[in-house]
Amino acid sequence: MAIISESLVQLLQVLLVIGIAPGLTGLIRWVKARLQRRRGPPLLQAYYDLARLSRKEVVMAEHASWLFRSVPYLAFTSVWTAAALVPTFSTSLLFGPAADLIALVALLGSARFVLALGSLDIGTSFGGMGASREMMIASLAEPAMLMVVFTVSIFAGTTFLPAAAEVVRNHHAIIHVSMLLIVITMVIVALAENARIPVDNPATHLELTMVHEAMVLEYSGWYLALIEATASIKLVLYLSLFSCLFLPWGMASANSTAVEVLAGIGIWIGKLGLGGILLAVFETCIAKMRLFRLTDLIGGGFLLGLLSVILMYVFGNI
Amino acid sequence: MLMTDPKLKLEICYLLSGSMAIVSFALLYQSRMAATINTFAVHALLLGLVVALQADIQAEHNLYLTAAIAVLFKAIAIPLALHFIIRKFDLHRTIEMVVSPGLTMTAGLGLVVVAVMVMRPVTVHSDALVTADLIFAMVVLLLGILMMITRRNAITQVVGFMSLENGLILAMAGVHGMPLVVEISVALTVLVACIVFGMFFFRIRERFSSLDIRHLESDGRVSQ
Repeated sequence: MAIISESLVQLLQVLLVIGIAPGLTGLIRWVKARLQRRRGPPLLQAYYDLARLSRKEVVMAEHASWLFRSVPYLAFTSVWTAAALVPTFSTSLLFGPAADLIALVALLGSARFVLALGSLDIGTSFGGMGASREMMIASLAEPAMLMVVFTVSIFAGTTFLPAAAEVVRNHHAIIHVSMLLIVITMVIVALAENARIPVDNPATHLELTMVHEAMVLEYSGWYLALIEATASIKLVLYLSLFSCLFLPWGMASANSTAVEVLAGIGIWIGKLGLGGILLAVFETCIAKMRLFRLTDLIGGGFLLGLLSVILMYVFGNI
Repeated sequence: MLMTDPKLKLEICYLLSGSMAIVSFALLYQSRMAATINTFAVHALLLGLVVALQADIQAEHNLYLTAAIAVLFKAIAIPLALHFIIRKFDLHRTIEMVVSPGLTMTAGLGLVVVAVMVMRPVTVHSDALVTADLIFAMVVLLLGILMMITRRNAITQVVGFMSLENGLILAMAGVHGMPLVVEISVALTVLVACIVFGMFFFRIRERFSSLDIRHLESDGRVSQ
């Protein structure tokens, strides 16, 4: 019986993650438009965009190889798998034992790796520039993410994500200073990985300011739909990871009823909506940073993460 | 507020002292002067809260005066005075840092390790939360010194000096039963006020070649 409920919950999560993701992107764009005194696209515009792109014909460069054609599928499946493993509305998933924090970081890293390879495949210098910029940001953001992973693992005693969420939820003692630092680091890493302002403007049309779009500029049609869906799911993944590690209340657990699972889904969607609105407000309030100042920002995030690991060792037994 | 549990108060003190250490790191990162002064105002506000809480825990009501000094002078009056100076004398665009913020913060991280290694043997017989408070006070102190040596402009060096003082007052408030805390904090505040006045007069003298304050009036014209 437990197997059936776990697999149902897992299937529900797999479908919900891909179903909610374009809606979240649409919500963020709508809130940003309203804050800029525009009417903005309708909330479901991202779904319409994906449908339109999937109907269009793919136009590929003449020298594109099998790598270029398979990159969208590889990236999409890596990120979708990672998103299906993060506990969103329930901590008992069928594939939960595979939900290791370091494995999640590795899945996201492999998605970025294949995207960079695909952009280099065509041979244009612009794809190379996008790949090098993305890798520069990743070389700083991934150690910072690992510092977050280490701090949470020292605190919870495990890298297994559902167990870490349970430990944070049942922890009735003091909030550690390390957790405050880790929240700051996680926000910086999430902004860097999802290509948001101040790191990268997701709505830019200027090639000078592109980082993530420079990698995927050559894709069109169904491939572009897959890559845009990948970016949306990545945002859902990061918001779910943030809420799972720092705001884990409201999640159903192993022996919850169906009503609790539905309530968990509602709470998760509420958290995503709140996170999306806060992200839109934050993006409207600040400007994009110079590319060469990003090392200071993300490096600062990494140092704060390292500081939190040190403090967690020193003060871990308080 | 349901602040009757002493353990809860000690934990909130620990959290606020840790936040002061985080704000000290944020002070190291700032590259614009107005942002540095605003961050310092937050630093002083947190100090006021910690000292007020310690006054409540230790039942030492003199510390409320120290907390009031920290909030009124260091969080409100001195930042306003410094903002006035940088606006009036157009100091926004001066070159700030000796090395990049990343390198400074890495040095700050090393200083955190030094602080932990220094304070651990000293406080080995104390309660864990008191040890934490003292370690954070040492961190704030060392980061204040680091800020003073990695800045080029006198105003941000004074901000570093004031954050060093905040660390001292945090340590004084964290150690139970230290005498003359209020007197020492008043003396340090008078010292800082003299330094700020000194910078002010230096700038007036340099800009207008006289210390006549009619030059500062809003129309700027002095009828000889």
